[in-house]
Amino acid sequence: MAVRLRGREWLALLRPGDVLVIALAAVLVAVLAQYFWRGGVADRAEIRAAGKLFARVSLDVAQVIEVPGPIGTTRIEIAPGKARVAHDPGPKQYCVRQGWLSTAGAVAICAPNQVTLSLHARKPAYDSLGY
Amino acid sequence: MTRSVIEFRPDASDLRVARFAAAAIMLSLAEAAIPLPLPGIKPGLGNIIVLIVLWRWGWREAAWVALLRVFVASLLLGQFLAPGFFLGLGGALASLIALGVAMHLPRRWFGPVSASVLAAFAHIGAQLLVARAWLVPHDGVFALAPVFGLAALVFGIVNGLVAARLLREIETLPAAPIDAAPRQE
Repeated sequence: MAVRLRGREWLALLRPGDVLVIALAAVLVAVLAQYFWRGGVADRAEIRAAGKLFARVSLDVAQVIEVPGPIGTTRIEIAPGKARVAHDPGPKQYCVRQGWLSTAGAVAICAPNQVTLSLHARKPAYDSLGY
Repeated sequence: MTRSVIEFRPDASDLRVARFAAAAIMLSLAEAAIPLPLPGIKPGLGNIIVLIVLWRWGWREAAWVALLRVFVASLLLGQFLAPGFFLGLGGALASLIALGVAMHLPRRWFGPVSASVLAAFAHIGAQLLVARAWLVPHDGVFALAPVFGLAALVFGIVNGLVAARLLREIETLPAAPIDAAPRQE
């Protein structure tokens, strides 16, 4: 009863529609790979103070990071998939007003306090992105 | 005081569900011992049994087998109500819906392999949605979609072929013992 099947006999178990379903499924996998692996989604943030790397964090877990600078403390907020400068002692507040950053390559620069926040992905789509 | 007797008389369908569910649970347990690179990627060998039951005895019995497998295997593995259990349950429900659709495709053209591949994709689709909604609230989980898709494609084909082959063997048996009326004891 337990007959060994050769390769060709296994193939004979496929019906024409099965081949069609398999082909469509393979196309779907290729489309998924194309769509989700473009590399534009940021997955980590780098914080620099006075040009030196202060912290490199993953964008998976929400947290708040306080970065000391020459004129005060810059508070950076990390949330799932995005990051922002929540508070900065600088007079013009440019980096705070940029709001949430979520694209790989996006950078917020708090020049007076010498703090920068930049987002990165495994495969960056851009070298940098400014607003 | 009168002793009340509750008599439970399983019919042929109950016995079949019990037997096939037991087989599917065994396969799930055996599979849990195989080390796998990514959580969530499993061959899903128990689905071979679900496919056979679906093809031969219909959707209702297949649903019983599939759900008994999810509950009992998770209890035996200590995963009951753990995140993995909800992923498995979501996947099982979605693949049962897909199987319900697939079994009505014209059988001349679409065999168990079609049903298996469709169910495998429904399974990973539901798992990703459950994971996105609950476990990893960040679109980063979808970066795994192509990997899961490839696994679903490969294991869907393999499981479907094995089910098709076993179904052929069942059909060539003179009188399938599994169809026989239950013994009265």
